[in-house]
Amino acid sequence: MVNETLFVQLLDLACGGLLLTAVLVLWRRELVVIIHVFAVQGAALAALVGVLAVHEDSIELGAVAAGVLVLRAGVLPYLLRRALASAGEARRETRPLVNVAASLLTAAVLTLLAYAVSRPLVELAPSGLMSPATQAIPIGLTVVLIGFFVLVTRRRALSQLVGFLLMDNGITAVGFLTTSGVGLIVELGVSLDVLLAVLVLQILTARMRETFGDTDLDELRELRD
Amino acid sequence: MSALGIVGGVVQPVLIVAGSPLLVGVMRQVRARLEGRAGPGVGQPWRDLRKLFGKERISPRGTSEVFRVAPLVLVATTLVVAVVTPFVTTDSAVDPVADLFAVVALLALGAVTLALAGLDTGTAFGGMGSSREMTILALVEPTLLVSIFALSVRVGSTNLGAIVSATLHDPARVISPVSLLAAVALIIVIVAETGRLPVDNPSTHLELTMVHEAMVLEYAGPDLALVELASAMRMSVFLGLLANLFLPWGIASTATPIALLVGVLALIIKVGLLGVLLAAGEVFLAKLRLFRVPELLAGSFLLSLLAVAASFFLA
Repeated sequence: MVNETLFVQLLDLACGGLLLTAVLVLWRRELVVIIHVFAVQGAALAALVGVLAVHEDSIELGAVAAGVLVLRAGVLPYLLRRALASAGEARRETRPLVNVAASLLTAAVLTLLAYAVSRPLVELAPSGLMSPATQAIPIGLTVVLIGFFVLVTRRRALSQLVGFLLMDNGITAVGFLTTSGVGLIVELGVSLDVLLAVLVLQILTARMRETFGDTDLDELRELRD
Repeated sequence: MSALGIVGGVVQPVLIVAGSPLLVGVMRQVRARLEGRAGPGVGQPWRDLRKLFGKERISPRGTSEVFRVAPLVLVATTLVVAVVTPFVTTDSAVDPVADLFAVVALLALGAVTLALAGLDTGTAFGGMGSSREMTILALVEPTLLVSIFALSVRVGSTNLGAIVSATLHDPARVISPVSLLAAVALIIVIVAETGRLPVDNPSTHLELTMVHEAMVLEYAGPDLALVELASAMRMSVFLGLLANLFLPWGIASTATPIALLVGVLALIIKVGLLGVLLAAGEVFLAKLRLFRVPELLAGSFLLSLLAVAASFFLA
């Protein structure tokens, strides 16, 4: 086991990175910047898993960390960028349903909500064992809630996709923080699931644009022949 | 009240008053050079101040005492902050005032007095500038309080000296999410509060965009000099606060001459570097639309709130 305080500090830093990037996704309007920030969040998540792997001395967890890094900081942002490049001029989230200042304040409320909700979970942890990781659960939950908020308030298909992926990042973070790894097979299955979802949604976005010339999902309310 | 506190209480205001126009000069010079101009030189703000102090006092017809007193209040509150805040020494001359809430309240008092003076002139620009300044101030003050509060949670005291010496003894705190989030929030707030780009353009006199300049448009002569000096001092105070809250190294904790000298040099270097960085950053920025400013400040408020939340989550 490496130095305990160093472990706590690195873990806290990775969690801070997760939180900050989630807020930045909510804050920025340019889709290119949002995708960059999402890639940074993937790296922060991989760092979190890596720190846990070093702390647990587990090679399996280290492999999972490498997988998370490749998938969430490499492949998914690459796919998103390709989807954006073919999107033409629609490069900004111009009119979110809730304006940016209000959604930032909502994120503040969501943080407090996540803290209140996860209190019982944090108290469940066996005292002393793994406590720094368990204490960071509210941060994972905040990322889930912010991701859900992005998913429901944004209009562009691509930013909704990023919201979905943000939720997934949050869920993965909570999973690692509570159990320190659910096993290589399960993680592999979940990762493949996410990858497939993104691929399917990317095809769906492309088809939508071919049909309607836009990816503003509010235009899809009416039925057309 | 210790010897260290008294020495700090004498050295700090002298340093801030003498150095802040030079800081403004350095920042203007850096900007000028980066924009390909020769620039007026580092000493120009002091030359301007000397010229303005030599003129006779003029106040517009119809203005009241508020207009005449405001520059003095602005300078006085900033001077008190310069005396008590731990810039050069960790001890403070008047320890109870070196409190987070007291210092922020003093700084807000100066800004509010100046806004009242802008309203007092009864001109369109004065009123417009004051109303904009108040809009920004109302969003800036909570963020300022909350982000410094995030640092004080770990220390268990809102005394600025205690916060600075706690960071000095435990350097690992600087690289924690709490510090980083609070630092980002504080930087945004300081940019807004001192009227720099992208919130306000300090070098413009274009009617529709100015905020701070619109408020002080009616001042002339020695009064204008006081307002300009106080603005420069406020900037040094804010940058000094930022530097010492997050990077307190070099600050004097004993009353020996060498420690004091190191403290003075460290403050000059830290504040100078921050000023140069700020000026260099401004070259790459355009002014934000006024209606986008609340968005920026809401973001910084969220970051400061997250800093406080993180200081409880990750304790």
